[in-house]
Amino acid sequence: MLRSPTTSEYEVIERFYRAKDVMFGGHDYRITVGVSTCSMAKGAHLVLKKVEEEVARRGINARVVRVGCNGMCFSENMVEIIDHEGSWAVYAYVTPERVSRMLDGYFSGSSRGVFAFRVKGGSLMDEERVPYIYEIPFYGKQVRRVLRFMGIVNPLSIEEYEALGGYSGLKRALRLTPDEVIDIVIRSKLRGRGGAGFPTGLKWKLVREAKGDVKYLICNADEGDPGAFMNRLTAEGNPHIIIEGMIIAAYAVGASKGFVFVRAEKPLMADMLARAIEQARDKGYLGREILRRDFDFDIEVILSAGAFVCGEETAMIAAIEGAATARGGRCSPTPRPPYPAEKGLFYKPTLVNNVETYAQVAYLFQAGLEDFISVGTENSKGTKVFCLAGSIRYTGAVEVPIGITLRELIFEIGGGVPKGRRFKAVQIGGPSGGCLPKAYIDYPLDYEQLKSLGAIMGSGGIIVIDDKSCIVDVARYFLKFTVTESCGQCTPCRIGLRHMLEIMNRITEGKGTEEDLIRLERLGNVIAKTSLCGLGKTAPNPVLTTLRYFREEYEEHVKQRKCRAGKCMKLRAR
Amino acid sequence: MSEVNKRYMEAMTDSSRDMVTIIIDGRMIKARRGENLLAVARRNGIDIPGLCYHERLTPIGSCRLCIVKVKGKGIVTACTTFVEDGMEVVAFDDELEEMRRDLLDLLLSEHNCDCMTCDKNGECELQDLAYRYGLTSEVRTYPSIWGKIKPPKDDSSPVLVYDASKCIKCQRCIRACSEIQGKGILSLVNRGIMTYVTAGLGIWGESECDGCGECIQVCPTGALMEKPVFTRVRIFDVDKRVISTCAYCGVGCQLEFWVKGGKIVKVRGHNGPPNYGSTCVKGRFGWDWVHSPERLRRPLIRKGGNLVEVDWEEAINYVVKRLKEIKEKYGPDSIAGLASSKCTNEENYLFQKFMRAVIGTNNIDNCARLCHAPSVIGLKMAFGTGAQSNTFEELQYSDVIMVIGSNTTENHPIVASYIKRAVLLNGAKLIVIDPRRTDLAKMATVHLMLKPGTDVALLNGMAHVIVSEGLYDEEFIRTRTEGFDEFLRVIDNYTPELVEGITGVPKRDIVKAARLWGKAKRGAIVYAMGVTQHIFGINNVLAIANLLLLTGNIGRGSTGIYPLRGQNNVQGACDMGTLPDYLPGYKEVSDPKAREFFEKAWGVELPDRPGLTIPEVISAILEGKVKALYAIGVNIALSCADRKRVIEALKKLELLICQDIFLTETCKYAHVILPAASLLEKEGTVTNGERRVLLVNKVIDPPGDAKPDWEIIQMIAKGMGYEMSYEDVWDILREINKLVPSYAGITPERILRGEGVQWPCPTPEHPGTRILYEDAFLTRNGLGRFHPVDYIPPPELPDEEYPFVLITGRILYHYHTGTMSRRSKALNEFSREPMMLMNPSDMVKLGISEGELVKVSSRRGSIIVKAISSIKVAEGCVFIPFHYSEAPVNELTLYMYDPKAKVPGFKIAAVRVEKAPSAMGGEAHAE
Repeated sequence: MLRSPTTSEYEVIERFYRAKDVMFGGHDYRITVGVSTCSMAKGAHLVLKKVEEEVARRGINARVVRVGCNGMCFSENMVEIIDHEGSWAVYAYVTPERVSRMLDGYFSGSSRGVFAFRVKGGSLMDEERVPYIYEIPFYGKQVRRVLRFMGIVNPLSIEEYEALGGYSGLKRALRLTPDEVIDIVIRSKLRGRGGAGFPTGLKWKLVREAKGDVKYLICNADEGDPGAFMNRLTAEGNPHIIIEGMIIAAYAVGASKGFVFVRAEKPLMADMLARAIEQARDKGYLGREILRRDFDFDIEVILSAGAFVCGEETAMIAAIEGAATARGGRCSPTPRPPYPAEKGLFYKPTLVNNVETYAQVAYLFQAGLEDFISVGTENSKGTKVFCLAGSIRYTGAVEVPIGITLRELIFEIGGGVPKGRRFKAVQIGGPSGGCLPKAYIDYPLDYEQLKSLGAIMGSGGIIVIDDKSCIVDVARYFLKFTVTESCGQCTPCRIGLRHMLEIMNRITEGKGTEEDLIRLERLGNVIAKTSLCGLGKTAPNPVLTTLRYFREEYEEHVKQRKCRAGKCMKLRAR
Repeated sequence: MSEVNKRYMEAMTDSSRDMVTIIIDGRMIKARRGENLLAVARRNGIDIPGLCYHERLTPIGSCRLCIVKVKGKGIVTACTTFVEDGMEVVAFDDELEEMRRDLLDLLLSEHNCDCMTCDKNGECELQDLAYRYGLTSEVRTYPSIWGKIKPPKDDSSPVLVYDASKCIKCQRCIRACSEIQGKGILSLVNRGIMTYVTAGLGIWGESECDGCGECIQVCPTGALMEKPVFTRVRIFDVDKRVISTCAYCGVGCQLEFWVKGGKIVKVRGHNGPPNYGSTCVKGRFGWDWVHSPERLRRPLIRKGGNLVEVDWEEAINYVVKRLKEIKEKYGPDSIAGLASSKCTNEENYLFQKFMRAVIGTNNIDNCARLCHAPSVIGLKMAFGTGAQSNTFEELQYSDVIMVIGSNTTENHPIVASYIKRAVLLNGAKLIVIDPRRTDLAKMATVHLMLKPGTDVALLNGMAHVIVSEGLYDEEFIRTRTEGFDEFLRVIDNYTPELVEGITGVPKRDIVKAARLWGKAKRGAIVYAMGVTQHIFGINNVLAIANLLLLTGNIGRGSTGIYPLRGQNNVQGACDMGTLPDYLPGYKEVSDPKAREFFEKAWGVELPDRPGLTIPEVISAILEGKVKALYAIGVNIALSCADRKRVIEALKKLELLICQDIFLTETCKYAHVILPAASLLEKEGTVTNGERRVLLVNKVIDPPGDAKPDWEIIQMIAKGMGYEMSYEDVWDILREINKLVPSYAGITPERILRGEGVQWPCPTPEHPGTRILYEDAFLTRNGLGRFHPVDYIPPPELPDEEYPFVLITGRILYHYHTGTMSRRSKALNEFSREPMMLMNPSDMVKLGISEGELVKVSSRRGSIIVKAISSIKVAEGCVFIPFHYSEAPVNELTLYMYDPKAKVPGFKIAAVRVEKAPSAMGGEAHAE
């Protein structure tokens, strides 16, 4: 082993083999196929079907298991074959057509075609020629905590999750008092992974101390940023880690009812969560007197009707209430204060956290405080899941310590931009985030740093932009997204964004002027300062940051009528 | 309900909040903790701009113009900020003003700045702000973009037009529709700049919008405008704007009439009690009848069978001569007078004085006989007066409201809006007792859909549960009531099982309702004609009174009894003594002391025997005892039960004097017709349902030679030889001040100052009485009295021959016999034809299709109407409004009445429904 996996992942593997009975279910082999919404687009479900057929046809004594994705989107589809001897072969780029050859190879004892090994047990010939999965930079440079069971555990089996250490965090938490739990979360310096980075423990404390006969808990799973899919991936690959985190949170703040607010466009995600909730209920992790403690809690999945703005917490609360009065007859954001922690769902104190935050909580209590704070920065501990997309060699979801540099993230883990292109910028935090130039790629990624640069951590979408892209056009793209998703109730967001878009259109059509650039900045600042909710407040970020860091490109557009990337068709390329 | 709403209501209703000091732009300002910062600033003359804020609506902070800097909080909208002690606020600095200019600039770029031709010009809040900030077209930064978006325009509503190009998306209309009116018909659609307002599923005219126009009232721009009535008009085009009282129902809404060229061109709600700016569709749009060419302009005398125009002298001489002859020949009791609850207090006072002092008879009654006579009597027995105990607006803060026999949404829309606010905003529980699934039943916690006429059994059954579960107010009963034991004995029999059998209401619902009511902290009961228009109307009223006494829900804020009055001056007409057994101020005519008091004041001897009620007058005419009838503003040919009998009586009269504004169905039998001014054409006062004496202002001149009723009465009185010399109505009110103690302090001076004082008001300094019975009831011994009542089955029940129960009543768009409303263009666009509501399953059973003409017959007659399927009526019931002369439903009703109150049992008659013979053609009419 050239590079050791993280402690947490060691544990997973160890536990996996310790729980052979659960994992193999009496079979000789365990064959897993990663299936999630995105890999299904690449035929993952067909691969699964083919594997099942072939295993049956060949009479192999194997348990074929549908697992989630491990985040290596670039190498889909992934199939892993595990035997009792400790050989754990990972196959990548598997298509239904290649299944037969893969099985032929494996069962003839050859390690040809194996992408990597998780464990080398000597079952296959020439195992040493193939790298460990931890040796692949994309995988090995990560610190996988939230994602550590991903691609290994059967998302629909609570037994497997338990066998790997799941729900041990809950059990540990329930041995403490709620205040002790909150204290641990405060000391963990965990911050909200939904984007704003509010200290999680502090939020919990506020909800715990808020007066209310009933308290609620919401899991914001309304992931809507283009290029961000870590929440969906987690819920589809390991829903129990989210449920576990929610239960711990509910215990700490005193909530009796929880809601997971999921986009209706992600039916698999909603289905996985709903089934996991059912299993947890059957096991007594949900319902009355959880683990024989004086603690009742249950969770319900609510489907979002698909408005981007409903990811904003006040709009989301309105959507869950189903009450649209005084919100323009529909679910629109409302001014804060009152904050949900004080008066939230049904006017009761409500804890709203993101999917990843709950998952981090579950990890925190599974692994312990010391382990948790072993990575991260001074103000922010732990890891963050990012989604790498855009012009990057290895796309996928990765989990890295907070404070990692963009260079490590993009060039080491992501493999840099594809051949023949040059890195130009990176958009962090989706349409609400900012566009940073190469000059900042060595800055540590944390909440404060990003804010000072005009971007936000956001939900963790990383979109890499290369020199073939026009920065004005990219900013315009994100702006167009928020223009169409603005709920339309407040003046600056509704009208101001539209005017910004008009100006951006003008610039890309070669009709822009230098005054337009000044106008954009002025208008962007007014919108950011006066908008009602987070959508409007952050919507000018892509334009404002590109104006700040790529002003010369804008100036080329308006002064020289030139688009260096050749994207703006009405302008000359050189 | 959203938390914002709740928080807002909480802040608004919490009177215990302490005073704190805040600093705005360096000024120390006192305010209540939790108050709205924007409201506080504006109250103190700090005019922070804002377009989406409205004092009656939940603030949403969407226009962003009221941004201020609050120390420690940064930039926030003032309208969504609640005052805290020591708050330091910057309302105006260069940065804020610059941002506000930018925001306004943005709004203007989205707005169709069509001020030159916009009806809203001169009262547009956006225009005002653009002017204030000097945003001339040269200095605006943002080019106009509304044209690119192509905002839609919706003119499908009969009464209003929505122009999205002028809409600033402040959502005042949406909030007003849901929060003030409780309807929630409006909503935003689309996203971003494409956002606009729609009604229902997208088309205003096809939505549930009933045209109340609350949205227009609150719209800051020209996006929502009334459709022009006679002519397009801007605020500065009008000659005058006059505040007066609505002439429709007993709520007594204050309206602002816009007059141009002698015509009413627009109506707005006036911001003050009882309606605070709200109106219903009739109040806002139902006024064009005033200018109808059909209005009576000259006196008419029947000569040789034809009505001939004469001058006033001839008409008065004729009336005087005939009245004298009849009085001489048959005695004073051969003459009867019918007063109108639509006339002013002064006119009602004068008319009863005329009948009693000049004619010498107590045969004077008003149309309350056909509606609230059982309340006047029943509530007087239980509490000491027949009036509503509390004010309408208090209903918003009741925690349990019981609505019995009242389709409040259609008949008293503003009261319904208060009930809806209680339910929607304050979480009040609503119990609806009605055989029909009314609009309020939709939001009821429990709807007891009883068999028509079984109210007493149901109410007794609820009392039974309340007593057996110990939910009654022992302390209240002990200290403030009498007759409880006797009451207990009677309700003891009314077990939920028995009551289920009688009423058809499931036992569990009876128990549920009883528990809700028994646990009410601020319980109020609202009722109307469904309670009173029965031959056991008084019993119904008494059973309601018993429930209030049982739980102590009377004599405190937001509790009490609300007998909703149909006409705008039912309360006043009764107060003024247009009743056969009561002199003004409810002094009994049989009481020698009372008579002596008035004899002294009026200088004549007064008759001591109570006179005849309306149904008795009709019988007396048929028996030949009454020969002359002087009817002011009543249309008994259409409104009285068993119409054939009434018409027979009218035909038999030797003298029928009709004083009215139109040639009504009753006028057709008149010997002389005197043209009267409508309520908009004269001065005076009316007393609304909550005992508030309200100013009636002269909005326009009467048509032709028409005169106010009091002037006509005075002319006749003078002709009869009685000295009357009132210069104006205020002379009459001064006389009332002297003679009616509860009106003593309600002087012309106060009324003309715009004060709406609630009686009793004993002195000019007295503020009036918001809540009755706070310390004692107005009975002789000050105690409330239980009156045990037993259930009596209705007199006519469905049988094989007549299998349906007919319920009569009103609909939102029309009013009583339609004299006014059916001459309104807008109201007729909403509803034009006679119709019958029938349960869809009954329609199927009878093979009747939607809109088909049917013949509805009772033992007394039949009419042809259009059948409309509606789940609002239960199986076995049909509902027909009584507005239509071409299908007079009172052809079918029963000539039987409450033995004491003499109200006819309009609400129940057994009828048969069958397909109309095709020979009848397309027109609905009476056979």
